[in-house]
Amino acid sequence: MSDERDGDGTVPETNDGQRFDRLPTTEAERTVEGRATREEVVTLFADRFGIPPETFDDYTFWEKGAGKIWIYAGDASTPLEIEAIGMTCLRTRQEHWKPTTDFVQRFGQHATECVIELEREQARRFATGEDQELEWDGDWGYLIAAHEVGVGSEGRSSRDGESEARSASNSSSGRSPREEAVEREALEPLGVGLYVHGELRSMVPKGRQRDLES
Amino acid sequence: MEPLERYRPIIDDFDAFLAACERPLGNAVRVNTIKASVERTLAALAEEGIAYEQADWNPRVLDLETDSPGSTWTSFHGFTHGQEEVSAVPPVVLAPEPGERVWDCCAAPGGKATQIAALMDDRGTVVANDNNLGRISALRFNAERLGATSLAVTNADARNYSLSRFDFDEFDRTLVDAPCSCEGTIRKNPDALDNWSEGHISSVAGIQKGIIRRAIQATREGGTVVYSTCTFAPEENEAVVQHALETESCRVVDFDLGLEHSPGLTEWDGEAFDSSLANAARIYPHQNDTGGFFVAKLEVTAE
Repeated sequence: MSDERDGDGTVPETNDGQRFDRLPTTEAERTVEGRATREEVVTLFADRFGIPPETFDDYTFWEKGAGKIWIYAGDASTPLEIEAIGMTCLRTRQEHWKPTTDFVQRFGQHATECVIELEREQARRFATGEDQELEWDGDWGYLIAAHEVGVGSEGRSSRDGESEARSASNSSSGRSPREEAVEREALEPLGVGLYVHGELRSMVPKGRQRDLES
Repeated sequence: MEPLERYRPIIDDFDAFLAACERPLGNAVRVNTIKASVERTLAALAEEGIAYEQADWNPRVLDLETDSPGSTWTSFHGFTHGQEEVSAVPPVVLAPEPGERVWDCCAAPGGKATQIAALMDDRGTVVANDNNLGRISALRFNAERLGATSLAVTNADARNYSLSRFDFDEFDRTLVDAPCSCEGTIRKNPDALDNWSEGHISSVAGIQKGIIRRAIQATREGGTVVYSTCTFAPEENEAVVQHALETESCRVVDFDLGLEHSPGLTEWDGEAFDSSLANAARIYPHQNDTGGFFVAKLEVTAE
């Protein structure tokens, strides 16, 4: 058993997949091998997606299961043996850490990088779980797929039926749809896509896929 | 409808009540303000060409004119959640505040627990418990789709619920949306009365009494407990609250409700209940064209 001992003779803890353990703040505080730290998680969201680290100031991060990270709006005693705490946000203990669809839908509006905008038909295909060939000149890997939804609520009720005309005028305004959408806070994350070789692969889990009519 | 005949003496315009019970319900959804404002949700629905009607008493409750409310963009994004109009009443009566600790002791499949989280701006702790592990997976799915980060989900019998798993020992508010004979869901589930019997009502009432007592014990003095069911049977409603009044430190308090309703009963089948039970609300299907519901609000008092 000597190979399981640290230099100081203590036995390192292993991950207990049946309970929640709060992530250590930094590497220096890590006692369980392979466990992500809070710093690594927040840095990933900031470096990859431009989500400001302070977005998560009031949240704690937890691991249950091998590498599944949860985000909780508060603090609790660790370890914690319950069914769920907050929501799953990230899959770690693999080469490329993967944010969850539901996390991206909840926090993805804070992202400024690696956000791929989809037109309505592309968004519809993404939501059904389809892969599609798309142009993207940014990094490959996990992206946040987003589209415009619920645009310009002002005067909305009297403008029913004019949405097509509106989006047509957007595309000729000189600003990108993303700039327009950000201004109106109308760009809404759909989920996570994996971009490789000119193709966006929808990572929307089966149970969350929907056939949308329009 | 035969079992409902026993309520003829207590329901005004009983024929209208029966007629309403025969009619199917519309597609009600609740706007999930954790993910989108009401304004934005309405804009998204309009964009999709889905007509809606907003409930007078609660702008977050909508009736959608669509055959598939689960296949809308607003549903995909978690802006809306399918939830019957009356089912949105108990969290509003509970009136939780951001940052509080709230217990939803029979929480699956999570419509009310996520509504509580939304009313708290998703800040604080909503302990969403259910004794049925299978239903907890539905609760968890809904909570994640709706983006609720303030939920802690547990799987236990509420009647002997232990707080030892947490680092606090009482809740500010508790919702007891009790398992019941579900008579009030007849418009949604036409077979709701198929296995109806007085024996079933009596046995489920025993469970309800155990849950409401534990809920009061686990809530701080001055805190709020809301007791609700989707059934008409007084044995599962006023009689359960009466049992709580007799065995625990609490009182029934009045509350405002923007839906038409009838007062709680003060007597049934020869049994008298405390006069404060008139503060409870009985919501009948013909009053607002909804399902049926019972809601009582209790304040936990000093022992």
